[in-house]
Amino acid sequence: MSAELKTGAQMLIRALRDQGVDVIFGYPGGAVLPIYDALFQQNDIQHILVRQEGGAVHAAEGYARSTGKVGVVLVTSGPGATNAVTGLTDALMDSIPIVCLTGQVPTHLIGNDAFQEADTTGITRPCTKHNYLVKDVADLPRIMHEAFYVARSGRPGPVVVDLPKDVVQAKTSHYVTPAEVKHRSYRPQTKAEDHKIAEAVEMIAKAKRPIVYAGGGVINSGPKACELLTRLVHMLGVPCTNTLMGLGAFPGSDPQFLGMLGMHGTYEANLAMYNCDVMINIGARFDDRVTGRLDEFSPRSKKIHVDIDASSINKNVMVDLPIVGDAGSVLEDLLAAWQARKLQLDQKALKDWWQKIEEWRARDCLKFEQKGQVIKPQHAIKRLYELTKDRSPFITTEVGQHQMWAAQYFKFEQPNHWMTSGGLGTMGYGMPAAMGVQRAHPDALVIDVAGEASILMNIQELSCIAQYNLPVKVFIVNNQWMGMVRQWQELLHGGRYSESYSAALPDFVKLAEAFHAVGIRCDKADELDDKIMEMIETPGPVIFDCLVTKDENCFPMIPSGAAHYEMLLGPEDKAGKPISEEGMVLV
Amino acid sequence: MANHKTQVTESRTIAVLVDNEPGVLARVIGLFSGRGYNIESLTVTEVDPRQRFSRITVVTSGTPQILEQIKAQLDRLVPVHRVSDLSIEGPAVERELALVKVAGTGEKRVESLRIADIFRARVVDSSHDHFIFEMTGKSEKLDVFIDLMQPLGLVDVSRTGVVAISRGPQGL
Repeated sequence: MSAELKTGAQMLIRALRDQGVDVIFGYPGGAVLPIYDALFQQNDIQHILVRQEGGAVHAAEGYARSTGKVGVVLVTSGPGATNAVTGLTDALMDSIPIVCLTGQVPTHLIGNDAFQEADTTGITRPCTKHNYLVKDVADLPRIMHEAFYVARSGRPGPVVVDLPKDVVQAKTSHYVTPAEVKHRSYRPQTKAEDHKIAEAVEMIAKAKRPIVYAGGGVINSGPKACELLTRLVHMLGVPCTNTLMGLGAFPGSDPQFLGMLGMHGTYEANLAMYNCDVMINIGARFDDRVTGRLDEFSPRSKKIHVDIDASSINKNVMVDLPIVGDAGSVLEDLLAAWQARKLQLDQKALKDWWQKIEEWRARDCLKFEQKGQVIKPQHAIKRLYELTKDRSPFITTEVGQHQMWAAQYFKFEQPNHWMTSGGLGTMGYGMPAAMGVQRAHPDALVIDVAGEASILMNIQELSCIAQYNLPVKVFIVNNQWMGMVRQWQELLHGGRYSESYSAALPDFVKLAEAFHAVGIRCDKADELDDKIMEMIETPGPVIFDCLVTKDENCFPMIPSGAAHYEMLLGPEDKAGKPISEEGMVLV
Repeated sequence: MANHKTQVTESRTIAVLVDNEPGVLARVIGLFSGRGYNIESLTVTEVDPRQRFSRITVVTSGTPQILEQIKAQLDRLVPVHRVSDLSIEGPAVERELALVKVAGTGEKRVESLRIADIFRARVVDSSHDHFIFEMTGKSEKLDVFIDLMQPLGLVDVSRTGVVAISRGPQGL
């Protein structure tokens, strides 16, 4: 403890430094001026000035997901905080560790409808893992360290620390280090009980048609957990599928990988899930995008569910063996228990199972035909993957068809290279997320796979990209439609394309130039490869406007309310049975 | 695999030990409203001023699957120390307190006092034309008492909601 008097703002900076923070994403305003003043007078922490607070949270999410560290956001009171709400909700849904510092009006004005006052802790209570209103400067250092602890421990998530202006201006000599702070109540269980591990390996050993279904929990647990997952899958010789959030947890080009599962997942992954007899879910949450119709979801399997969040277990799907624990720790225990017992799977059954899977795989559900000069969006994304894969790019996306195609055609060999808004489905996520990724990995190739509609939702961040000369590549798959909306209107609403046309689009090449970036347009299949290479080789930021077929739909697709075996593989499947009333109300 | 549609709804009394910090009650109530769970009654007050513990007793209902969810969701709130399902973790004592105001004169007034005596309700305030009864007991007993007071000039009821504690020497 130091006897020197410091302001709350200085203590805040000190706490950030002690937490190993080297960058924060933010936007100044009246209530946070003392914090910005303290930032000005130091050099350890860089501030990245975004152009709207929503962009700051997504940038911090990109930073966090690509590094495994906590992303930090600093915004002002009132509108600063409310603009951050979407990003906070996004981080909560996708379990991303964020500490968001929000300014607040001075304590004596709280509740008086003061200028730029909002009830930030009230508004953000349901969209954060936890939040704090700091009322006394003496509590500030402890709360800061608690916030980081809560954000990154257990199931990670966003934490808001609301900072009244008088509190950050008040002086204190009281400081505590992170090591001195022990949270009173929050101690998530990370180690599973031994008897659960024993039960799990016994259950797996009896399997004839097993599958590993792994999600973002493995990635959140860290690269070691991903290695352990790969070891387990290899040791057992079983198929593995990943959720949208889990892509990269298991190597994408591994022969045991079945691709992503779910609504736009592969035929083989979904049918393997439907037909398996033992399902090993590690760090996934049986999201409705994954399960489809619940009463037809993998009806004949025994299910093991490993999750660090007990509330994820038996929420959507009842399981036979719940295991609460950290994915990495449980995987380690499972591997050890399997080896110690010298267990073996029934190799004959496994061979038959793989044979079945190979039959499904032979349907080649992601095939498409690129004919003529008009570029198919699948072709654009597949070429982007092929031409960049040797550079281990970091891929972010916006939300919609392009997101699903990116998930389908990119193969991620390692974790933390795929950043997408999975749970919340936030259009406008990708470009600011790419800024955060690029800041964390200055020399890496960072690509935001975007749609022409999504990209306009946070287009102002091009200014931020220009300011810091972040060499982000924005690859716009431009079909002039909100493609996924258009697709659902075609399939579910009689082709009445209500408000889904992207009218009055800007000239993206000129737009790039206006923001000091390079603009590239491509509308011919013949030129695609050369222009993608030009994009990669351009040192600074690039906006790539890739004009593609306008009416392409994203397949395979499990229509809403349908079961895994009711997948549509392509446009020729469309005439199948009409979507049920029940399915129509689902999103 | 159990199908939640076929499961019946049951009522549970859940005790939650929380840090007595600002917003903690809003967090618990927000969890119930945000996720569409039922609250039949909820009481909260500080029970350990030294350690700043508050105890929330919530009576809720749902299918067994929903009830498990409620407990898991409560348990993962950061300021929650412990969640205990008093309805299934062995026998528990449940009590509620009611203040019941009855206004009237003559025979009705005498009758209300007679019934209060049978129910062991105490008179905590009275005048020539009203009584306030204080009564403690199981919620069902309070319901019956209040019902009986209805024709006798029931004016106002204030109830605490259920508080509960497990039987035996073990603490929460």
